[in-house]
Amino acid sequence: MKLLTLNFLTCARKTCKSTAAAFPLHPKEAELEQVEMELNPLFVKNMLPRLDWEAMKTLATELGLPNLPAETPVAEELANESGEPTQTLRDLHTLLMETAIASGKLVCGNCGHEYAVKEGIANFLLPSHMV
Amino acid sequence: MSRPEDILPPDLFYDDAESRKYTTSSRIRNIQADMTNRALALLDLEHPSLILDLGCGSGLSGEILSDVSAEEGGPHTWVGMDISASMLGQALERDTDGDMLLADIGQGVPFRAGTFDAAISISAIQWLCNAETSDVSPEGRLKRFFDGLYASLKRGGKAVCQFYPKNTQQRNLISQAAIKAGFGAGILEDDPETKNVKYYLVLSVGGGDVTGAVREMENVDVQDARRRERKRGKEVERKGSKAWITRKKAQMEAKGKVVKNSSKYTGRRRRTAF
Repeated sequence: MKLLTLNFLTCARKTCKSTAAAFPLHPKEAELEQVEMELNPLFVKNMLPRLDWEAMKTLATELGLPNLPAETPVAEELANESGEPTQTLRDLHTLLMETAIASGKLVCGNCGHEYAVKEGIANFLLPSHMV
Repeated sequence: MSRPEDILPPDLFYDDAESRKYTTSSRIRNIQADMTNRALALLDLEHPSLILDLGCGSGLSGEILSDVSAEEGGPHTWVGMDISASMLGQALERDTDGDMLLADIGQGVPFRAGTFDAAISISAIQWLCNAETSDVSPEGRLKRFFDGLYASLKRGGKAVCQFYPKNTQQRNLISQAAIKAGFGAGILEDDPETKNVKYYLVLSVGGGDVTGAVREMENVDVQDARRRERKRGKEVERKGSKAWITRKKAQMEAKGKVVKNSSKYTGRRRRTAF
């Protein structure tokens, strides 16, 4: 599962929906993998305002990735004057699209429920008493 | 023909054998591709977008989303949800681009508000009309699903869900659940009144009117069943009013009945008797 997706996932339980702690989910015993993807500058630019940068920073610390800049990169930094993609864009692309969680667990900060991730697919099925 | 919905719940029906059959059948693949392209045309996306694929199965529709050319606003990135682990296994074997979750869409959509630009769903949401256990109801599952979908789409976002309703009742159940969640909703019928009829539920968030989605398409008739908004400031004809009385008198006269002459006193109240 891409880190981009993880930046949008919340706990699936109804009781957690209204609490702030249900987002972001915290990775546990996560194994990372790198997947080659084609660079899509327009897509990254479109996603930028929707990203929760605070959540992205906590995620990077928890996964032991190099520290991210304190502020969200702005759209102007993504391309230089001639329209060529910059290093910032490449780094964002590597972080969001190419870094993925292959296996591990995702833990809700509110209820503590653990969602298992296997082969990059997270299991969000809830037993009926937890819905 | 038997409906798979009537046989088993989706997570059990699509086991390894059935999933392989579904994914490798060229007939099903063609139909799925046609429907996905139709749904994409209805969504009318201009930029590379983040799309939610509900009931993504083995990623047949997702593949098409990833393959949209740059001229047509692609390629899109998608996140899929499906309840059948075997179907997702097929998707892994085929090495699709999107992320997938093993999840029941009837339990809600676990994404934060305003995540997706659009959502598509091919042949999936009719499964929500089945209640597999006694502690859930079709209405409850549809409500959880549409409420979750509404929240996870951004404002101005659209969703197109192709589905196979069992009957008119099921069709209305689904569309009314969508409207209750706050969507502007409409149903597009392809090949109406034939065996191959396809229903597309077109939903919009905050847009209100969905007829705009088909404005540029050919061979599409719009039937608007919404109640016409009452014109403001225009007096509505009340029973017993002068306008009502003159209309009724004209009606009776046309039938050939004897009707009293009209005068300036017609329809006036008598003064209160002492």
